[in-house]
Amino acid sequence: MASFLLYINGEKRQVKVDGNTPLLWVLRDNLKLPGTKYGCGRGLCGACTVHVDGEATRSCITAIENVAGSNITTIEGLSKDSDHPVQIAWVAEDVPQCGYCQSGQIMTAAAFLDRNSNPEEDDINAAMKMNICRCGTYQRIRKAIGRAAKELQNGQ
Amino acid sequence: MLQKNYKMANRTVINRRDFIKVVSTTGAGLAIGFHLPFKNRVQAATLASNNTFKPNAWVTLYPDELVTITVSKSEMGQGVWTSLPMIIAEEMELDWTKVQIEQAPVDKERFGRQGTGGSYSIRGSWDKMRKAGAIGKDMLLNAGAHNWSVPKKECYAEKGFIFHQPSGKKLSYGDLSMKAATLDIPKEVALKDPSDFRIIGKELPRKDTPLKVNGSAQFAMDIDLPNMVYAFIVRCPIFGGKLKSINDTKAREIEGVLDVFAVENGVAIVGASTWAALRGRKALVITWDEGPNKNVDSKTIYEYLQKRGRKRGATGRRDGNAKRALNKADRVIEAVYELPFQAHATMEPMNCVVDVQSDLCRIWAPTQSPQQARKRASDITGLSINNVEVNVTFLGGGFGRRAFNDFIDDGLAVSKHMGRPVKLIWKREDDMRHDYYRPASRHVLRGGLTKNTNTTAWTHRVVAPSIIFGQMFKYPIPFKDKLDVVALEGAKDLPYEIPNIHVDYKSANTAVPIGWWRSVYHSQNAYANECFIDELAFAANMDPLQYRLQLLPDDSRNSNVLKLAAKKAGWDGSSPTGRYKGLSCHESFGSYVAQVAEVSIGKDNVVIVHRVVCVIDCGQTVNPSIVEAQMESSIVYGLSATLRGEITIEKGAVVQSNFHEFEVLRMDEMPEIDVHIIKSTATPGGVGEPGLPPVAPAVANAVFAATGIRVRKLPIKPEDLRS
Repeated sequence: MASFLLYINGEKRQVKVDGNTPLLWVLRDNLKLPGTKYGCGRGLCGACTVHVDGEATRSCITAIENVAGSNITTIEGLSKDSDHPVQIAWVAEDVPQCGYCQSGQIMTAAAFLDRNSNPEEDDINAAMKMNICRCGTYQRIRKAIGRAAKELQNGQ
Repeated sequence: MLQKNYKMANRTVINRRDFIKVVSTTGAGLAIGFHLPFKNRVQAATLASNNTFKPNAWVTLYPDELVTITVSKSEMGQGVWTSLPMIIAEEMELDWTKVQIEQAPVDKERFGRQGTGGSYSIRGSWDKMRKAGAIGKDMLLNAGAHNWSVPKKECYAEKGFIFHQPSGKKLSYGDLSMKAATLDIPKEVALKDPSDFRIIGKELPRKDTPLKVNGSAQFAMDIDLPNMVYAFIVRCPIFGGKLKSINDTKAREIEGVLDVFAVENGVAIVGASTWAALRGRKALVITWDEGPNKNVDSKTIYEYLQKRGRKRGATGRRDGNAKRALNKADRVIEAVYELPFQAHATMEPMNCVVDVQSDLCRIWAPTQSPQQARKRASDITGLSINNVEVNVTFLGGGFGRRAFNDFIDDGLAVSKHMGRPVKLIWKREDDMRHDYYRPASRHVLRGGLTKNTNTTAWTHRVVAPSIIFGQMFKYPIPFKDKLDVVALEGAKDLPYEIPNIHVDYKSANTAVPIGWWRSVYHSQNAYANECFIDELAFAANMDPLQYRLQLLPDDSRNSNVLKLAAKKAGWDGSSPTGRYKGLSCHESFGSYVAQVAEVSIGKDNVVIVHRVVCVIDCGQTVNPSIVEAQMESSIVYGLSATLRGEITIEKGAVVQSNFHEFEVLRMDEMPEIDVHIIKSTATPGGVGEPGLPPVAPAVANAVFAATGIRVRKLPIKPEDLRS
């Protein structure tokens, strides 16, 4: 066990865990932030996606000792009132079905649009293909990302 | 799911058994419950409190105008948190913006059957939900009329208010709720004419969406209890294997590992955190008695299906004399189709939180069978069923997997042993290797054609393990060619008018656990039907659409969805270069669906699906946006099974462990899906599953159009297309 200082959703948090503990379980078990989901444990499905210094990161395969000191954002911290353009677009397109993968989808989309707010369909496909949705909400995710991109461009 | 013949009540007379009025002794409110013939007094205390008007188990009206609608089915993505309340809100004339949703506690007395499956939630609740709303409205109308001392017929209800037409006076539902609570339940209520619907049929946004975009939607794995431990169960990878011995020395040395012990389903490893339990698990050395199935593999299973299929099975349908008609036919076409086991692979692996105490057992679980879970927990803990509380959380996908509660058994065993609450999680690998799989199946079909291309005969032999008579329910196997009508769903109901039809079922049970997988045997039988009808069309030198239409009654629901799908897909027109279309239609769960898939063959013979046009006739649509989403969902799920994943068996165990081996459709392979809904006021059909069965044959038929190759085994692999 070792002590790690983390910056989560703009707050300083101290945890005492094994240094190899994946960020996912620190978020869920220690910090009581359950919005980030366990899907595969091997970085294959994207359900556990969070932002580490702005980059979409698979928290299930990211050891806590490697992100100490980094700025980490989870779905709970993406916006204060669910009003990030991606969340607004997600509501407008009524994207979620079961909802389990959606935190990861939204976090991946938000980081992607941050880099490319005028994406082509191929860009969206490439950015989102590491996030699985078994309910098959892909078509609405595409539409929502297009909608959020427009919002972001108008806002600039 | 198992289909029962459900007769929709078409009269609006209220059955005393269904609606019982319960007046609370304090006079504070009123409750009328369904299924309360014997225990209404107990219910009065629990239902009628807090100054609420609760005209039945599903609706609670608060004086501040908020309305809570209780949903007694499991929300697993299919939209019941929105669609079921819409039906009540429609008949009760509620203001939809004031409606909030709560998940029902598990209670058969109050809510009737709470199992979710078989695309049955709307179909099974339609009449009941409408009556529930209509009763509430009627009592509020009476309350308004009493209040103003005017005839009830001068009053009407709209958006949460009762109006007195002549005077223009109005009172809100909240204002009238306490008055309504003192009135009698009407003996008869009128239901609205569908032409007056203002909520049903609208694309209203889902009530659960806001919770699912900010991480606040609660899944069972998100429950956190004081003093809770974390556990995994290691199962024998080989089906039917048993525990021989555990060496837990190394595991117990790991910090945070609390206990290791044998349970019915394997070995439990318990930790103070998920990570401690996972590390401990890795250090466990378990020796298994591999049991009788250690040599079972996919090859021997397919050989077994083939062998079983040589002999006649139990007859599910016999029209005319197919054998004679085949003998007399000028041409006999024959084809054999094979389908593999399929995993559900819900995004949320199996998990639950269980707290077994000496006098109370609490369970939080993503289950499609909560009442069964409650009963099972009572059996395992020895507690009375009334001391077992089952909380149905959101389900991170169901697709039939969560009709089985084996993961709750795990949680019960661990919590009971530890005397503490437990969060029990299946790793993805556990989930994929210990599913109740869609059965593998083999389909032998023959068709007879005359010289002038009349179709005179059709035979279909379904060879597959039986879910209902299989090992799952511990029936003795093998049973002797008993007819499993579920295994023939969609096969014996072939819609085409062919004079001589014979459909039979040959059982072929294996060691692999099987269960309900989205659309169940429809997924296999539709593939066989709709590929083979395409083969017959080709043999008859006819257009696949025209061939189907001439075998279907004019103006039937099947022919109507087919015609519209063809029109929307531009069936008769040309496709972009290199793209080819395939067609299919299938009825399941009370709904009719036709699809046209447009494919091309890419580099290395990879099938690319560009577009799927989907037409559904599901009778009266409750929420078209949800219907559209369910069609997209079923098509994606079906495409994964058509083009990507399959479960194979080696040495008695499942080969695939995670999403790198069990591949599913991803965003870059997502076709454009174009859904059209037939406008109808017919009794609602299901929508969670019917979109799935047509997609595999539509794609396979399009692949034939593109390549001239009939792929008769799923999933379609590039090597199948090498000519």
